[in-house]
Amino acid sequence: MTTSPLLAVNNLVKIYDSFKVVDGVSFTVPEGTCLGLLGPNGAGKTTTIEIIEGVSKPTSGDIFYRRKPRGSEFNEKIGIQFQDTALLSYLSVRETLETFRALYRQPLPMDELIALCHLESFLPQINDKISGGQKQRLLLALAFINQPDLIFLDEPSTGLDPHARRDLWQIVESIKDRGKTLVLTAHYMEEAQTLCDDIVIMDHGRVIAHGPSEQLIARHCQGQRILVPKTRLTRPLKNFPFPFTERGAQIEIHPQDLLSGIEFLVAQGLDLRDISVHAPNLEDVFIHLTGRKLRNGNAL
Amino acid sequence: MHFKRFWAIFTARNKEFIRDRSGFGWNLLFPFMIIVGIGLIFSGKTLVQYKIGVFPASPSAASATGSLAKNLSRKPYVRLIEVDSLETGLQKLKRHRIDLLLRLGKPPYPYWVSEDSPNGYVAEQILRSALSGQTVSGKVDRRKIQGLTMRYIDWLLSGVLAMNMMFSALWGVGYVVVRYRKLGALKRLMTTPLSAFEYLSAQMVSRVSVLAFSTVIVWIGCDLIFDFHVVGHYLDLALAFFTGGLSLTALGLLLASRGTSEELTTGILNFISWPMMFLSEVWFSLEGAPGWIQSLAKIFPLTHMIKAARAVMQDGAGIRDIMPELAILSAFSLIFLSLAAALFSWNKSVVSG
Repeated sequence: MTTSPLLAVNNLVKIYDSFKVVDGVSFTVPEGTCLGLLGPNGAGKTTTIEIIEGVSKPTSGDIFYRRKPRGSEFNEKIGIQFQDTALLSYLSVRETLETFRALYRQPLPMDELIALCHLESFLPQINDKISGGQKQRLLLALAFINQPDLIFLDEPSTGLDPHARRDLWQIVESIKDRGKTLVLTAHYMEEAQTLCDDIVIMDHGRVIAHGPSEQLIARHCQGQRILVPKTRLTRPLKNFPFPFTERGAQIEIHPQDLLSGIEFLVAQGLDLRDISVHAPNLEDVFIHLTGRKLRNGNAL
Repeated sequence: MHFKRFWAIFTARNKEFIRDRSGFGWNLLFPFMIIVGIGLIFSGKTLVQYKIGVFPASPSAASATGSLAKNLSRKPYVRLIEVDSLETGLQKLKRHRIDLLLRLGKPPYPYWVSEDSPNGYVAEQILRSALSGQTVSGKVDRRKIQGLTMRYIDWLLSGVLAMNMMFSALWGVGYVVVRYRKLGALKRLMTTPLSAFEYLSAQMVSRVSVLAFSTVIVWIGCDLIFDFHVVGHYLDLALAFFTGGLSLTALGLLLASRGTSEELTTGILNFISWPMMFLSEVWFSLEGAPGWIQSLAKIFPLTHMIKAARAVMQDGAGIRDIMPELAILSAFSLIFLSLAAALFSWNKSVVSG
């Protein structure tokens, strides 16, 4: 893995009808790494990557690929999986791959592509009639069909069941292992934490945090939390020796260290089976930064 | 222009069309049903106006037969059309531009009518009824048309085939491109090295191939039943249809160059196709129509395609004779395709997360 920036985005702005959808977004993506763009719906993630892909034009800002403005060859160098894409109707999966392979100068060999994205079992099927997981694998294959250096994945696992999602992550990991650079948007914290080396959190069109997930978590969320159902508490809350927050039917306790917190609760007569320990994640980072949940954007 | 990319999209589109059984079947069945239906039923109900050509147009002749002309013009659905001479009138009659030709002057009035035209039969009955109270045989003199007359079904065939090409070109290209844009399929292609010109060319050539294929199939099917008469050369006829098909497909691409609303596209396609169908002489000639309508009809590619096709089929016109129509159709194709390429948008403009 090298650290030279493959992609640099400088002060990107996109205005639709006097509304700033993307507001001064900047980041770099070193070659061979995976960058995750995280944020709720409407944060400007998809607009940002569509501007980088060349699908829409920025109002202002610069994008550099290998330190140069994107040229006519950029389309040969990138692979894209859109969030919502229809495929050409009445073609089989194999025919779809053949059609897209013909659009590029140096496509990946068919057999290699099929093996990489686990397409063997449904190659003859018409692509209108494949499952959601199969379609995502096919779209991933199309994104990788031209052996791109830079791959954009826009919420690749949205709508997939956990099994299909993990299948997809495995394929993305295989692509990463080939030294490819990825930019992906995600709703799922686990997806971002599993796949991404670097995280950009966006909200209202702006970058509100940037860094590796461990660093972001360490910076914005200190310590672990203990969750206790209110109905199990035997003492009034005012006697609690730790900071706590009420979250609906639960109390979220923030002990200085996990062990002392658990010892205190046991001493109060709580059954250990009633409590749960929560390690902070990117969702907590987002909540800490915005006061809202990441998935649905609801205020807490 | 990269031929491999063009070919990939061309073949993909062809497979889509052929595998869409319902659409494919309808493209063949629809014109066949119309031609066979009208041919077998032989009904003239679609023509609500009967055109009687009269000559000479001199005031003295008109006054001599003033009562007959007056009686005829009072009849519902009758339109009297002045023609310069017997020769011009017979030409129009043979081409079904008029339904009956009547010489004014002194009785018995000679008239000519096509034997197999349903409208001619009705016009003849109207003429006879206009002479009510008189002995018919003493007032009119039925004459035979000399030379080859185009049968109504032959006249109709070229129009219906051209009309089918128009619908297939406009809807098969316009509607499909808009649907693909709406669904994001075009956006996916946009991020490949495929150019708009390559994509549009592939769509155009694919649709023209489809038009050629379906037209030949329908022609053969109908010819087995009706034994069509083509005076001219089949290659010239094919050229007229091919050039017309190109221009109509290019028009379809132009109409689909932007937008993602299927409802709006449907409206625009209807707005273009229905006037074109009625004013391009598919079903009836515009003989006797106001000048501005006849001028308006010339802006439609369908008008020129049908004119060229009927000239080949009926008059035995060669490529030189139909060159003006071919040139106009080619110019239409060039203009429409250039505008379509300039205006073409791969993507719908939406704000997303």
